[in-house]
Amino acid sequence: MANLMQDKKKQIIALAVLGVFLVILPFAAGALGQAWVRILNVTLLYVMLALGLNVVVGVAGLLDLGYVAFYAVGAYTWSLLASPHFNIHLPFWILLPLGAFLAALAGLMLGTPVLKLRGDYLAIVTLGFGEIVRILMNNFDKVGLPWSDETYNITNGPRGLTGIDPLTFFGFKLTDGLNIFGLPVSGLQLYYFVFLALTVLSVIGVSRLQHSRLGRAWQALREDEIAAKAMGINTRNIKLAAFAFGALTGGLAGGLFASMQGFVSPESFGLLESVMILAMVVLGGMGHIPGVILGAVLLSAMPEVIRYMADENKQEAVFGMVLVAPEVLRNLIFSLAMILIMLLKPAGLWPSPEKK
Amino acid sequence: MADMLFVAEGVTKRFGGVTALDNVSMSIRRSSIFGLIGPNGAGKTTFFNTLTGLYQVDEGKFTFDDKPLNVKAPHEVAEVGIARTFQNIRLFGEMSVLENVMVGRHVRTKAGAFGAIFRTPAARREEAEITQRAHELLEYIGLSKRAGDKSRTLAYGEQRRLEIARALATDPKMIALDEPAAGMNATETVVLRQLIERIASDGTTVMLIEHDMRLVMNVCHHIAVLDYGRKIADGSPSEIQKDAAVIKAYLGGAHVEGAAK
Repeated sequence: MANLMQDKKKQIIALAVLGVFLVILPFAAGALGQAWVRILNVTLLYVMLALGLNVVVGVAGLLDLGYVAFYAVGAYTWSLLASPHFNIHLPFWILLPLGAFLAALAGLMLGTPVLKLRGDYLAIVTLGFGEIVRILMNNFDKVGLPWSDETYNITNGPRGLTGIDPLTFFGFKLTDGLNIFGLPVSGLQLYYFVFLALTVLSVIGVSRLQHSRLGRAWQALREDEIAAKAMGINTRNIKLAAFAFGALTGGLAGGLFASMQGFVSPESFGLLESVMILAMVVLGGMGHIPGVILGAVLLSAMPEVIRYMADENKQEAVFGMVLVAPEVLRNLIFSLAMILIMLLKPAGLWPSPEKK
Repeated sequence: MADMLFVAEGVTKRFGGVTALDNVSMSIRRSSIFGLIGPNGAGKTTFFNTLTGLYQVDEGKFTFDDKPLNVKAPHEVAEVGIARTFQNIRLFGEMSVLENVMVGRHVRTKAGAFGAIFRTPAARREEAEITQRAHELLEYIGLSKRAGDKSRTLAYGEQRRLEIARALATDPKMIALDEPAAGMNATETVVLRQLIERIASDGTTVMLIEHDMRLVMNVCHHIAVLDYGRKIADGSPSEIQKDAAVIKAYLGGAHVEGAAK
């Protein structure tokens, strides 16, 4: 009992330290340059995406290679309904839930036809779904109707959407930044705190789900579908629930992405993006939330850090010439790291513990 | 409430030209241990699969707990009150021993996503009940000490027992054990036998599909024998042991003739 109390105490202290660190982080990054704050923000978005995909792939064991489609649905929902494109400017408290809801709906749309598919087959169909969504975004700038020659521009095609509204609270645009008692807080830093809050909520949400009756049913489905059915689990319903919840998180992150970026185009939602998010889940440790977060942080931040650390000027200073283009080096180190992790830690960097 | 928990009447199942089950009838008394035996390919598994909703019968009907048993999907079977274990163990390997049993409670509980995310009082209460019942069942099968371990780390006999605990967690009226003694050593079989007897005496009817004749003869109150899809005998263990048709099915005709001389 005393041990338990001590553990609890340690946990609280660890959480407090982590909290302080996360609050200071954007200011430390800001001192290096706003580009670093943007990297932090993108990292938080990836954490949310990885958490969402983890519900589908890590917990329920349904391999999804088109996850970025839900991110796209969220981003385009925000972009179309809060931009000069249609001259509609809805507030965030409608747009964020709406984006998440539409993404969940898209999740159900994907989930329904693939209920009977497993493994590789499921992966292929989800991959196709992801591509379909991207191609729709790319081509919905000239939507014609059979009975008229007129075409309608819905998504603005490959040119993407610009001038997207930032997050706005009661008339205050987040991009304007703030000055709190002489401490300047940039727009990106404000975004950081919004993203952080939603990431924390996502972590709490998915971890509660995972450790609930529904979460256990998902895991049972992943481990053995036939046995799960024999235990009275309606596998159809819980598969759809997994797709919907995964998509919901993706849609939420999509809306936030659009509001920060101010610009979206189909290019941001390619297959590589889906693969990247999947890699975060797998490398971190499938089904284990701390592992998945670690994976997302490493994989989204590492390439940027490498790019910065090994840029042309620094190479010139050290070697007297540019040995490897930073972009190439980034991909090299990245690939090497992936291979090493797969060889040395096949269950991921931080897999779920053997004993609970 | 009728004496019989489960009744099959004239069940026939054909696969193309093969009649896997031919007019099979049997009934299982409440709280008894019922053995279903037969040589390989006799139709035991087919019978089991029709009863658990995997196949639809061509003719005949089942009655379970005084109601017609008419399941269309495998997950409905547990709800009706029939739980099963598998010939080739099917545990949720990466989940803990306790969680495996907790999954068994799924069908008797109802908390959804909303309750989980917002930790509503109802969901919390239900979760506490699930955990408590799962611990009780682990106690029952003697695996409490391993509650936190991943189930794939258990020894073979323990895995078999855990499967039974998981099935019992669904509050079944009848538990169907598909060759539970397969691959067990003598000591493990004795533990299994005691467990089966305890389950029946605690009021849950047991249907045992098994090849280990010593176990079947020792533990069952009533036995039905299938051969080539037909029921060839039905009775108490001592009756079955003496039945000429059963001996013929198991040992071949020549032996019976030889024994008769």
